[in-house]
Parts: sequence; C-alpha cells; structure tokens
Amino acid sequence: MEEKEKINLRRKVLIGMTAAVGAAGVSFAAVPFISSWNPSAKAKAIGVPVKIDVSKIQIGQKIQVAWRKQPVFVIRHTKEALENLIKVESKLDDPSSLNIEEPYRDINPTRSTSKEFTVIAGICTHLGCSPKYYPEIEPQPWDDAWVGGFFCPCHGSMFDIVGRVFKGVPAPTNLKVPPHFFDGNILTIGEDRGTA
Amino acid sequence: MTDKSSGLFNWINTRLPIVNTFERHLSKHPVPKKVNFWYMFGALATVVLILQVVTGIWLMFGYESTEEGAFASIEYIMRDIEGGWIIRYMHTTGASMLFAVVYLHMFRGLLYGSYHKPRELVWIFGMAIYFVMMAEGFLGYVLPYGQMSYWGAQVIISLFGAIPYIGESLELWIRGDYYISGATISRFFALHVVALPLILIALVFIHLIALHEVGAGNPEGVDIEKYVDEDGVPLDSVPFFPYKVLNALVAIGIFGIVFSLIMFFFPEAGGYFIELANFEEANPLNTPEHIAPVWYYSPYYAMLRAVPDKFGGLIVMSSAIAILFVMPWLDRSKAASIRYKGVLSKIAMILFVFSWILLTWLGTVPVTELRKTLSIIGTIIYFAFFLLMPIYTSIEKSKPVPERL
Repeated sequence: MEEKEKINLRRKVLIGMTAAVGAAGVSFAAVPFISSWNPSAKAKAIGVPVKIDVSKIQIGQKIQVAWRKQPVFVIRHTKEALENLIKVESKLDDPSSLNIEEPYRDINPTRSTSKEFTVIAGICTHLGCSPKYYPEIEPQPWDDAWVGGFFCPCHGSMFDIVGRVFKGVPAPTNLKVPPHFFDGNILTIGEDRGTA
Repeated sequence: MTDKSSGLFNWINTRLPIVNTFERHLSKHPVPKKVNFWYMFGALATVVLILQVVTGIWLMFGYESTEEGAFASIEYIMRDIEGGWIIRYMHTTGASMLFAVVYLHMFRGLLYGSYHKPRELVWIFGMAIYFVMMAEGFLGYVLPYGQMSYWGAQVIISLFGAIPYIGESLELWIRGDYYISGATISRFFALHVVALPLILIALVFIHLIALHEVGAGNPEGVDIEKYVDEDGVPLDSVPFFPYKVLNALVAIGIFGIVFSLIMFFFPEAGGYFIELANFEEANPLNTPEHIAPVWYYSPYYAMLRAVPDKFGGLIVMSSAIAILFVMPWLDRSKAASIRYKGVLSKIAMILFVFSWILLTWLGTVPVTELRKTLSIIGTIIYFAFFLLMPIYTSIEKSKPVPERL
C-alpha cells in the first residue's frame, strides 16, 4: 500500500513537471505567432516624417496633414484666439497637459514649438474618431456657451482650439502633440529637431 | 435493426455508427411533445449559419483583402460577377437575420428559463456562440473597407486602448499598423473566414451535444423525465425525427419568405443592415458626421455612450455581455417558465424588454442631452434586471408547476 502511494506521488510529480516543461515550450513557440501581428517593417517605413510649407496657411485657418495616414491638424491662430486661451482654462480638465506625455510643455501656449501654430494629432483620445473644428465663439447644439475648438461627432468630446480636453466629456486626455519642428516656414511632422 | 450479414450499407454501418447516431440523435431522441414557435429559432439559426458559410465561400472568390483592392472588389462582386449581388445580399441579410433569430432564441431562453438546472452548460455554450458571433460580425463588417467599416473598426479597436497600461500597444498590435490598413484587413479576413468559423462550428457542436444530453425544455418548465414508459422514454415526448423536423421545415419555409423579401426589396433595410456611409470608400482623414454600429451591437453602443468615461464605458459595455453568462445562477425561482413565476419577474421581464428596445434605438441615433439621459435610464434598467434577479426571484411566490406537459 505504502509502495503504491509512493509510486502515485512520483507519477504526479513527473506529470506536473512534464506539463510545466510543455507549457514553457508552448509559450516560447507562441512568440513568433504573436510578434507576427506587430507592425511590419513595411508599415514602419511608411511612417516616415512629412514636411509642409506653413507660410501658405491663412491666419485663423486650420489645415489637415496626413502623417502615418492619420490626420494631423495644423492651425495658425489669430492673436485674439491665443489671448482667449487663458480664459477657457476653467472649463478644461487638464489645462497644463500634466496627465499625458507632453513633448513641448510650457514653451508656448500653442503647445507646439511655434508661437503661432498648433500641431496636434486629429484623433480623439476617446475612441479614435477625428474631431471637427468649430473656431467661432457662438452657441452650438452641444454647448450653449461654445468658446471655439474641436467637437468629436462620435461621442461628443470637446477640446479647445489647441486641443485641450473639456471637463465632463468621455475623452480622457488632451489631443496628442506629435513630434515636430519648424525650420523657417517648413514644418516637419514625425520627428524632433534633436533626432533630425 | 437491419440484416447484419450483407450489403454495402451494413459493411459501412459495422465500421461507422450511422444507424446508432441516427437513432440516438434523431429518430429516438425524445423532445417535449408540446412546444411553441419560440422553439423554432435554434433550427433557423443553424440554417442561417450554413447559409453564411456557403455564401461566404462564394464571396471569397471575388473578394480581395488589400487596402487598395477591398472596396473595389466588393463593387466588382456587386456589378461584374454574375449573380454576385444576390450572393452578397444573401450574406449581408444573413448576418442581420442570424442575429435576429439568435436574439429571439436567447429571449426564449429568458422567457422559459432554458438555463435552469440541468441546462446551465447549454446556456453557457450558447452565450459563447453569441460572443464569437459578435466578433465574427465585426470582423466581417470591416472587410468592405467603406467609411463605416473604417470608423467602426477605429472605435472598436480604440476600446482596447481603454485598458490601463497595455492599451495603446495592444491597439497597435491588433491593427498591425498605425491606422486600419491592408495589414489589418488581411488579418481580419483570415480570422473572419477561417479561425472564427472553426471555433463557431465547434461551439455549435458542443451546444447541441450538451442539449441532447439533458434534453430540450418546454414552455411550461415541466420536467418530462419524471414520467417514463417501460423503455425509459418520457411519456410527454415525441421523437425528434420526423415530428420536430417537419415542424422546423414549416418554420424554415416562413422564415425563407421573410428573408427573401428583405434580400430582394430592402437589402440595406434603410441603413440598418448595411449602413449608408459604407457605400463610400474608407477615408482615414475624415470621420462621417454620424457614426453608429449595425443594429445588433446597438444596445451595447448606447451603454458605452451613456458613460462619460473611457475605461468606465468599456467596463459597462463588457459587463452587459458578461452578466448574461451567469444567468443560471441569478435566477432563484423554483419555476423555470415565466408562466409560473411571480408578478415581480413578469414586471422585470417587461421592463427589460423595454430597456433593450430603447437602447437598441438609442445606439443608432446621434446623441442629444435627452437621449443621453434616456440611455442612462435604459442602462440602469438593463443591469437592474440581472443584478436584482436573485432578490426578486426568491421573495416572490411562484405558482406550482404542473406534473405533466
């Protein structure tokens, strides 16, 4: 009887060890299957920086640039609009962008490396729709006291004209600022001056 | 049953259990003699599933899973391939009709307590089928690479981004690119036509095997196994073949008429089966003014929009599906069928149906202040139906269930 128990215990240990080794093997074998879903070398290569000439943008105009096939908004603000930025801060959730990685924090009120232009990813931080630009200060169906900015048609998130998120909307953070730099009138989106 | 000595049939039958299987699962499989039309939707779901597999294979002949070619290949199927339009409309109508019959099938389960002991696993595997179907439907919807395919997928994939810490890298991993590109379409295509259908068919098989082990329920919630004849066959039963098969054929005939009417005359169903924005090719730079899911995801989408928080929205939405899995343990009522349950259960059921229809509608229309409030109310009723169920089913007095059917 005791001998049988010993054998059974020995069997259990051996089965356990075999299963553990097998499981380890399966997890190693899974690596190529899982990593094959990462962006391919081709996809990464298409994500190269883009250059645009910003001198053609009118004051107050917003243009859309595609970087990695995603919309990036470049806005040339009016003086009044920039002066108004401080006034809307009470409506904002995170006016100084403390909750996200902000590449050019506290340099300019535009959040970019320029005093006049804002460069932001045109992708809502909620569920990825592209917000629409409504710069006029006038009542809108979604906000009676609209101060100008971006409104996302999908789930109603609101951002100010430099892409900072309002309080009480589903989007958790401000719109992202992509790496960029200005070389005179040439704006490069997709890399920093340091890495250029 | 037959002469065991000779003949090709016998030669095969002694090597492959044809007669045994036929008897066990069809000609001698007992089912309750009295059921109603609610019991037809399982058979209808099987028929539509087969239709989806066949039309899906035919669509693959013309479809191209690339970023440049996907949208154009759908138009090619619709315009240039002979009979291509009817095969595609059969597939798109089939998708909506499969959800319609599965929702009715699930509602039958709720009405007559099909999840009650000993049918818990039948219910759970059924829910697993529903879950895989939702993934399958989503993947299929992305394939035409229209505007709604693109932005719908953008929203759904971004939901994974709401998961703390790993969210953003998970999104990138699912897409395989910085946007929903050819890389995304080709993997979704492989999952849609091979991986998920295999899982789906395996789950349907297990669902049926589990059902045949415990036997089908009935609208009275009577346990027919209690009274059996000398051979152990329940007195209140008839064999599945030919009795129920013929019943099902009538149901399939009626269903076929409804299906054909939609397919031939209203294949878009006013934008509910095929959304109108999807007749425009995907444009990653421009979100349509109003994006909404297809009707069968709509209640969950309304719940997502009711929550003004990204992660919270994801949690509410996934709990709404997850809570259905534990139904067998939420219902404490002695009676399985709504016919013998107390008045509280009946009120709860009416409110639940009301909230489900309300949420389905809300998920398809743009948000306003009033609609947002309504979707919050709808979401609360939906969850209250499940979460309060252990309480109201145990305090109410249910009527005695009859002994015989």
